[in-house]
Amino acid sequence: MSAKKWDKFAVGVLYALSIFIVLILFSLLAFILIRGLPQISWEFLTQPAKSFQVGGGIGIQLFNSFYLLFLTMLISTPLALGAAIYLSEYAKQNWLTDIIRTAIEVLSSLPSVVVGLFGFLIFVIQFDFGFSILSGALALTIFNLPLLTRTIEDSLQAIPGVQREAGLALGLSRWETVTRIILPAAIPGILTGMILAAGRIFGEAAALIYTAGQSAPALDFANWNPQSITSPLNIMRPAETLAVHIWKINSEGVMPDGAQVSAGASAVLVLAVLLFNVVARYLGKKLQKKATSA
Amino acid sequence: MPNQTNLETNILKMSADKKIDLSTEDLHVWYGDNEAIKGVSLEFEENKITSLIGPSGCGKSTYLRSLNRMNDEIESAKVTGKIIYKGIDVNASNIDVYEMRKNIGMVFQRPNPFSKSIYDNIAFALRRHGIKDKNTLDEAVETSLKQAALWDQVKDQLNKSALALSGGQQRLCIARAIALKPDILLLDEPASALDPISTSQVEETLLQLKEDYSIVIVTHNMQQASRISDYTAFFYVGNVIEYDETRKVFTRPKIQATEDYVSGHFG
Amino acid sequence: MEEIQAKLLGNSKKGRLEKLGKTVSFICIAIIVFVVVSILYFVTSKGLSTFFTDGVSFWGFLTGSVWSPGNVGENGQPLVGALPMITGSFLVTLLSAVLATPFAIGAAIFMTEISPSTGKKVLQPVVELLVGIPSVVYGFIGLTVVVPVVRSVFGGTGFGILSSTFVLFVMILPTVTSMAVDALNSVPRYYREASLAMGATRWQTIYKVVLRSAMPGLLTAVVFGMARAFGEALAVQMVIGNAALMPTSLVTPASTLTSILTMSMGNTVMGTLENNVLWSLALILMIMALFFNILTRWIGKKGAMK
Repeated sequence: MSAKKWDKFAVGVLYALSIFIVLILFSLLAFILIRGLPQISWEFLTQPAKSFQVGGGIGIQLFNSFYLLFLTMLISTPLALGAAIYLSEYAKQNWLTDIIRTAIEVLSSLPSVVVGLFGFLIFVIQFDFGFSILSGALALTIFNLPLLTRTIEDSLQAIPGVQREAGLALGLSRWETVTRIILPAAIPGILTGMILAAGRIFGEAAALIYTAGQSAPALDFANWNPQSITSPLNIMRPAETLAVHIWKINSEGVMPDGAQVSAGASAVLVLAVLLFNVVARYLGKKLQKKATSA
Repeated sequence: MPNQTNLETNILKMSADKKIDLSTEDLHVWYGDNEAIKGVSLEFEENKITSLIGPSGCGKSTYLRSLNRMNDEIESAKVTGKIIYKGIDVNASNIDVYEMRKNIGMVFQRPNPFSKSIYDNIAFALRRHGIKDKNTLDEAVETSLKQAALWDQVKDQLNKSALALSGGQQRLCIARAIALKPDILLLDEPASALDPISTSQVEETLLQLKEDYSIVIVTHNMQQASRISDYTAFFYVGNVIEYDETRKVFTRPKIQATEDYVSGHFG
Repeated sequence: MEEIQAKLLGNSKKGRLEKLGKTVSFICIAIIVFVVVSILYFVTSKGLSTFFTDGVSFWGFLTGSVWSPGNVGENGQPLVGALPMITGSFLVTLLSAVLATPFAIGAAIFMTEISPSTGKKVLQPVVELLVGIPSVVYGFIGLTVVVPVVRSVFGGTGFGILSSTFVLFVMILPTVTSMAVDALNSVPRYYREASLAMGATRWQTIYKVVLRSAMPGLLTAVVFGMARAFGEALAVQMVIGNAALMPTSLVTPASTLTSILTMSMGNTVMGTLENNVLWSLALILMIMALFFNILTRWIGKKGAMK
């Protein structure tokens, strides 16, 4: 074959490979949405699950997912923010920084099931938190920290150094310069990173099955006393999330309409993650625009 | 340019009747093992403009950045020698650097307004230094913008983002620096990133400002140095080899290298 | 005059704030490092107790092919051979990486070299969305689509290494693709221009110039994909069948380290041998994660030296 023909052939193959990937996504989405959307109704989204009979919902699991997400972000954001500020603004080029960076990289490369097992060992058993929202949120925090720290650090680093000089030359401390000038300017990037992290947390299950547990006790949504076991706010109750629910239905196989419920739950999960994605992009762009104009 | 091993120098000593606002004694700056400033002693007179000139890489910016200890923020940099301000060595470790920088302000090569409103660009540092009163802040914003000759242009858009301000960002940075009422203003090639119109506006502003401030300016623009400054120091590979009144430096320099440089026969 | 001197020499409020801020941010980073060290420590010490407390032979654990914790073999040693799971993990990882690599790199070349505009508009969002889909959803689709298809084509139950491979292939595809795109994008423009200017065709340029100089980055992308496949738990657990047997074919039920871990951890009692060997499996997982990490660093260094 001549060089020209090779060129044509190769480009053809590349087209085919790319189209194949697009097809995979579309068939995945189509499958989930076509199977799942008909299952979704107000009842489905709000009713508790039923184990051995048809017609159960995902109300409690959905609430648990959001509550865990909220608590995880509540714990991990300040930590990641502080860590990122240290790495971006204070860390010197020395062995200590090398160790810190290696540690964060190692943490981000650990499989989430290992993080979950560590959470099980330490939070559930050693600290005696049991299978609880608290254990789950702490495990998810560990899972979330490396990536969130890195995104925040990148956003801080993206703000030009001359902004730091400006602050310092006005007699401000580095801390004030970072927290009052650099951080506000980096908010669009940080927010985008946080929302993407939220999507990852929302879909995570392996780190949760042995920390937040695999059961979703009935909740009384009129009970706002955090001490009470039926209160949605109680952080010491076991809390199966949506992602864990999908896994459990499918590996236990005792729910008669398991396939339908999983399809509906998967659709909700995927839609939520898509929503996080879209919101993150939109917000990132919008905030960026706002900062540079008007 | 002859390769001089033993540099011949001509450094002006201020006569006793002049008021000196800032001076350095045997100032050295190292970046790692590289000695960028090799023992510079200069005196800067109050309410005058002093230009630091010299070929690129000669250390003029490095020297300027040491004067308010901005080099402290660079990990590998080490500054030795004395910087005398108000009779104290402000290069000493027990000095409150933040207080010092409040009194010795700095404007940079590239305009670097904060991504805040024009008003907040100026009021921000004042608030951080403890001024909370709204009227005082309003007044300070207006005064400093007027001093920087920017007030008429922006008085109706104080709440607009400073990043949207075109033509005048550098004067905003000057206004931001003088809002703190410093004694001394250091400027690091403030006009090098500007168009000719903005440049002449900045120069006019500086000539106005010298009524109230002592100004030290790094510039690579010979015409600018001769137009605006009272004194000129010529930097060459980490040393000052000529420091005198500007008109003397530009009309009859005592050192050959200076003459080559200011007359454009350099390099 | 006096006042300024006093201020310059005085106790610095800003200096104190600065120290406080620096300390707070350092504490945050120290917490993270502490967590990492504790994970390494606890998983290692739990994982080693199988050998030091329960006296299981290390070699027997790695090479034994019978997994039946709680039972004792003819030689008096507990039957805790982890080889079936180790084999399973490596098989699904390698097979899915082999399958995903041509697709990922092909798509990446398309996105960077052939049609950057379509790449940006269509493929990039597709890839980003695929990255975002949670692994349980992949597992669910594997269970409802892949397993029945494999069953009808190859017979048997449909559960096994082949189904897991397909699921992992789709899962790691977006990760590898987006990293491969980054690798190709980091090849300087003028390399391509120089090659094209000398009369090479587009494909010759891609094949001989671009791919070659992007090689370290592409390798890193594949290793990242493998690391992800090796550590994936639930999606695999849902479709592999979870039989702790040496795999004899790709379409019979098998197991991986992660699948046995997720299945069994809840059914054992802390401190017993049955539980400790599970931690030994977790230790292998962790060591492999570290190994993949070191491998990417090594590739990066090699690439930088060239």
